[in-house]
Amino acid sequence: MSRKTVFVDSDILVVGGGMAGCGATYESRYWGRDLKIVCVEKANIERSGAVAQGLYAINCYMGMQWGENQPEDHVRYARNDLMGLVREDLGYDIARHVDSTVHKFEEWGLPMMRDPKTGRYQREGKWQIMIHGESYKPIVAEAARKAASEIHNRIMVTHLLMDSKRPNRVAGAVGFNVRTGDFYVFRAKAVIVAAGGASHLFKPRSVGEGMGRTWYAPWSSASAYALPILAGAKMTQMENRIVLTRFKDGYGPVGAYFLHLKTYTQNAYGQDYEAFWRDSIEKMVGDYVNHHPVPTCLRNHALLEEVKAGRGPIRMVTKEAFKDPHKETVGWENFLGMTIGQAIVWASQNIDPKETNPELTTSEPYVMGSHATCSGAWASGPEDYAPSEYQWGYNRMMTVEGLFGAGDAIGGTAHKFSSGSFAEGRIAAKAAVKYVNDMGQDRPAVSESEYAALREAVYQPLENYRVGRNEIVAGTVSPSFILPLHGLQRLEKIMDEYVGGISAHYTTNEPMLTRGLELLQMLKEDMDHIGAPDLHQLQRAWELHHRVLASECVAQHTLFRQETRWPGYYYRGDFPKLDDNDWHCFTLSQYDRENGRWKMEKAPVYHIVD
Amino acid sequence: MPTFVYMTNCDGCGYCVDICPSDIMHIDTTYRRAYNIEPNFCWECYSCVKACPQNAIDARGYADFAPLGHSVRALREEDKGTIAWRIRFRDGREKHFLSPIRTTPWGSIKGPAEYTTPTAAAMNSQELAHEPDALNVPALPTLDRNRLKKGVVA
Repeated sequence: MSRKTVFVDSDILVVGGGMAGCGATYESRYWGRDLKIVCVEKANIERSGAVAQGLYAINCYMGMQWGENQPEDHVRYARNDLMGLVREDLGYDIARHVDSTVHKFEEWGLPMMRDPKTGRYQREGKWQIMIHGESYKPIVAEAARKAASEIHNRIMVTHLLMDSKRPNRVAGAVGFNVRTGDFYVFRAKAVIVAAGGASHLFKPRSVGEGMGRTWYAPWSSASAYALPILAGAKMTQMENRIVLTRFKDGYGPVGAYFLHLKTYTQNAYGQDYEAFWRDSIEKMVGDYVNHHPVPTCLRNHALLEEVKAGRGPIRMVTKEAFKDPHKETVGWENFLGMTIGQAIVWASQNIDPKETNPELTTSEPYVMGSHATCSGAWASGPEDYAPSEYQWGYNRMMTVEGLFGAGDAIGGTAHKFSSGSFAEGRIAAKAAVKYVNDMGQDRPAVSESEYAALREAVYQPLENYRVGRNEIVAGTVSPSFILPLHGLQRLEKIMDEYVGGISAHYTTNEPMLTRGLELLQMLKEDMDHIGAPDLHQLQRAWELHHRVLASECVAQHTLFRQETRWPGYYYRGDFPKLDDNDWHCFTLSQYDRENGRWKMEKAPVYHIVD
Repeated sequence: MPTFVYMTNCDGCGYCVDICPSDIMHIDTTYRRAYNIEPNFCWECYSCVKACPQNAIDARGYADFAPLGHSVRALREEDKGTIAWRIRFRDGREKHFLSPIRTTPWGSIKGPAEYTTPTAAAMNSQELAHEPDALNVPALPTLDRNRLKKGVVA
C-alpha cells in the first residue's frame, strides 16, 4: 500500500475539537506557552461536535457575580436530578469555573440576551441563559485556532498509543486522514480525550432518512468512551443512559418552552398527568420525587406510564403562550438556533403552535456525559478538596497515567452542557500542562511494532471489501463482509431489544442482558469482517468499532447495577425499585483488551453539600 | 434527502465538503458538483447550507415523517453579523426571523499567548486562565475537605 505514515509529535494532544476540545486547546496554550499543542478532529473544528449547529441557550451558568447561584447549588441540583449519584467534587469544580468561561464567550463576540429590567443575562430558567448562538461553535473554534500549534481536521482517531517503557502510561494516538487516507501517528506526553458521546447505540425511532435526526448528533460516535476503554481506563456510570422528552420526530428542545415560555404538558384529554403518577413513583424511588425540580427521568416515567395507559399523545400546550408575538419569536428562533429539523417538521405538517398544541415523545436512549446524565471515564478530582479515594493524580486524569478527559469523556458530572464542557476542557488542560512540566525529559516511547500493527488493523476494512467484492456480481450482500451500516443496524437492534431500548419500553433484566451480551460478542467478532468501499466508509467502520465497544460497556454496567435507579431512563424488570442500601454508589468497569473481559466494582459516593 | 444540491446553482467549490460535520457532502465525479452521499447521517444542521456561496443547498425534510411542500431557508451573512430565516409551511404560510450571530469582528479574539505569562504561583493555584478577574467575584470558591460525607444524604 502506498499510504504515507505521518508522525506528529507534541507535548499535549487534544483528541476532538468540540466544546471540550476547544477549551482544552485554549487553556493548554495559556499555561504552556512553550509547549507544542496539537488538536485533532475527525470533521472540521469550525463546525464540529454537538454544538456544530449552534445553541440558543447556555445551560450551565451560575451568575455568581449577581448572587444568583453558588457552585454548591448546582451540585444539589445535579445530584437530585441524577437520583443521588454524581461526582460532587468534579461537578463543583466545573460550577466554580463556568462563569469565567461564559464571560470570555461574551468578550469573544457571542451575542448574549439580556434582561431589559436588570441588565443581567436573560435567564431561561435557574441555570440557563439565553443566547443567539448560531455561531457559538465558529467563535469558540477561532479561540482554539489562535491557541493551537497545529489543528488537524478530518483525521479519525482510532486508538490511543501506550508507552512501551512504562505500563499504564499513554503515549499518543493513531488515526487516518479521511481525505488522503494517510496514517497518522501522534506521539504526545499527555493526551486529553475530548471526543464525543454516543448516538446510535440504540435503534432510533426513525430508521429511514430520519435516522439522521437523532437527538444527539449522528457524528457523536462514542469515541469519548472507546478510546479510554481500549487503553484500560476505568469507566463509570455507563448504565446511566439518557432518554429525552422532546417534540415529536424533530426532537426539538423543550427547555425554553417549559422554562421561559411557560408552556406545559397534558395528555390527549387535557389532563395534567404528572400529578396523577406522583404517588406510584414515590413507591419506586422514595423521596427523590419530592424535590424541585422533579428529576428528568421521573418526568419521563410519568409520560411513559400515561401513554401506556392509553391516554396519549402527550402534547405541549403552546396555544396560549404563542399569542404573545415575543414568545412566538423565541419559540421558533429556539429551533432555528439549534434544531432546525424541528422547524422543518412543523412547517411540513402545518403545525403552527399558535393554533396546534404539538406532540411530545420520548427518544431512544443515548450515552453521554454532559447533559442530564453522566457516563464517562473515572477521573481524579481537584487537588484542593477532593476526597482521597477520588484523587490519584492530576485533576481530570483518568486511571491511565497521562490520559486526561473532558466533556462527554468524563463520568459523574452531569449538567455541564456546552459551557461546562469547555470549562472542563480548561481544567483538564491546566492539569495536563502541569503533568508535562513535572515530567521533564522523561518522554514516553512509542514502539514501532505497536503502531505498525494498528496501521494494519485500521485499513483492514478496505482490504475486506476489496477481496470480498470480487466474490460477488454486484450489490451489498456478501458471505465475507458486512458494510458499516449493516453492523450499525445489528448493534442498534441488539441494544434496543436486549438492553432497554424503545421497543422494549426501556426495560431489561439479567436474562435479556446476558443474551444481549452473547449477541454483542458475535458482532465484535464480525467486526473483523467489516468491509469499507472507500475512506468515508472506513470512517463509518471505525465509528462503529467505537460504538460496539461502548455498547458492550453499557450492557455490562446495566447488568452489574441490580436496581432501577433512573426509571424513565431504563428499568431492570428483575429489580424494579431504587435501592439506596446496596446501590448508592458508582459502578466502575475496566476492560482487558488482551482477553476481552470486564472487571466490575463499586466506588463510594461522597456528598460535599447537605 | 435531508440536504440536497441544486444542479444549476452548484459550481463545485467544495465549501460544503470542507465543513460538513458528518462527512456526507461529496463531489460527484461525473457532474463535478456536490451532493449528499448519505442522507440518513444528515442532522439537518445546515452547516453546508450556511457555507454555500451560491445558495445552492437546501433541505427537504426527512421522508420518514415530513410531508412535501415545506421550505426552511437560511441566509448567513458574516459581514453583517446576522442570519435571516424564511420558513414556508406546506400550506404556504410564511414566517421570517432575523438573529445576530456575532458582536465582534471575525478574527478579533485575543489568543491565550497574547496575555501576560502566568506566574508560578498562579500555575500552582486552582485558578484557570483569566481568573479570578473573569469570574467577576473576588475569589475562586473552594470547599472544605472535611465536609465530605460518604453515602446516602439524610
